[in-house]
Amino acid sequence: MDDTPEATMERTEQSGTTIDVSGATPEIVPDNLTDDLKIVLGEFEGPLDLLLHLIRQEQVSIYDIPVAQITDQYLRYLQAMQEMDIAVAGDFLVMAATLIELKTKMLLPRDPLATQIEDEDPRLDLVNQLLEYQKYKAAAQMLWSRATVEQAVFKRAELETDKNNPEVAVGLFDLLKVFQDILARHKEEVLLEIEREEISMAEMLERLRNMVLSTGELNLRVFFERARTRRELVLAFLSVLELVRTTEIKLLQRKTFGDIIACVAN
Amino acid sequence: MINAGGELLDQEALNQEASRELEALVAAQEATQGTADATGAETDDAPHTVQSMIERIGVIEALIFVAEEPLSAKTIAEILKEDRDGVGQAIGELVKEFNGRNGGLQLREVAGGWQFATRPEYHEHVRAFLRTRPSAKLTLASLETLAVIAYRQPVTVPEILEIRGVQSPSAIKTLLDKKLIVAKGRKETVGRPMMYGTSKEFLMQFGLKDLSELPSIEDFEDLAGGSA
Repeated sequence: MDDTPEATMERTEQSGTTIDVSGATPEIVPDNLTDDLKIVLGEFEGPLDLLLHLIRQEQVSIYDIPVAQITDQYLRYLQAMQEMDIAVAGDFLVMAATLIELKTKMLLPRDPLATQIEDEDPRLDLVNQLLEYQKYKAAAQMLWSRATVEQAVFKRAELETDKNNPEVAVGLFDLLKVFQDILARHKEEVLLEIEREEISMAEMLERLRNMVLSTGELNLRVFFERARTRRELVLAFLSVLELVRTTEIKLLQRKTFGDIIACVAN
Repeated sequence: MINAGGELLDQEALNQEASRELEALVAAQEATQGTADATGAETDDAPHTVQSMIERIGVIEALIFVAEEPLSAKTIAEILKEDRDGVGQAIGELVKEFNGRNGGLQLREVAGGWQFATRPEYHEHVRAFLRTRPSAKLTLASLETLAVIAYRQPVTVPEILEIRGVQSPSAIKTLLDKKLIVAKGRKETVGRPMMYGTSKEFLMQFGLKDLSELPSIEDFEDLAGGSA
């Protein structure tokens, strides 16, 4: 009687904020003195969940459900939900219809002409469904406790190499090595110098800048190979050093002894 | 990774400055020394073959430690270029030795691999240090759906509905987003519904070696029916 609707609402809001899975104890207690319902709204995951709860609350056997009694309770619960402006999901209504149908069937006298098979308990399907659901509900509890334990277990912190971090710093000697490789290959190539083409340091810097900017990433091997003379190659090398110095570009080497990539520094 | 307070940023800037200074010094030094030792630095990359059981166990311990995810015996065998049996035996020795210590760490099997982890009983102190709290758990709806998927996989949405008696698309979406389940293709039946199964992430988050470690669903029968 001290359970005014306001008080009830307050309580449900409180319990609604922290839904503890294992400790959820939803209650619907009919007050026998008045016709009021005392509700502590728990979180029912569906009509089967609610039915199981009602069966437990009424302390009846799941194998011999007093359909009339349980249906009554079930409908009162739905009504209470509606009164509290809680949208009742369609699945709850489907179950209500099923229960009412069952209740009707139970009331009908048995057909004396019916065969044994037709005469099976109309509640059987529902009982099987409840039993099946009950197992998974328990399995969910098991998963919940497993996850709780697992959350108390910590794996080692990330190592620096765990993050996708290809930015292994390129040393001067790595750069030099690429340069030497190219130089060596140049020696092997027989070049026919037809016309002497002069390229200035400024032009070479511009070329490098453009190549890096246009592609975003430039393999230095590609850049060096464009140089046709020894002089040009030296200029190319110097221009790389220069742009790194002025931090216009940065150099990456994704793996040891791998190709060196020039890209735009932020 | 764990910052100790407000000083951190200043310290970092200072370190960077020092590092630049040192780099210049090193470069200058290397330049004077010439290129002689640079070319000689190349060595054979392939590790030597493991000589003894003690060494094998040691190497395996090191590999498991650096591995980001649980490391399988198969991968270890590939790295050591040894057969699975020998590696399995060495892992067994390592587990016995390591876990026999009963220390703050455990070597455990998860999602088909081996992993070092702290013991759960020390979580309070670890959390205090890491300043973390247990993160938001799955809702009961999600857990129920996950349980159905775990035990009935591959399973379709209508089949899940049949067991739970309630539609659960949002729960399935959550599970998919959290990578706990994966789509397993379509079932060749009316409507060609999508089938779902659990992922490796599921095993990892629930600390399972494999699916067979889950208790049988029939075990829940007595448990659930106890109060009825």
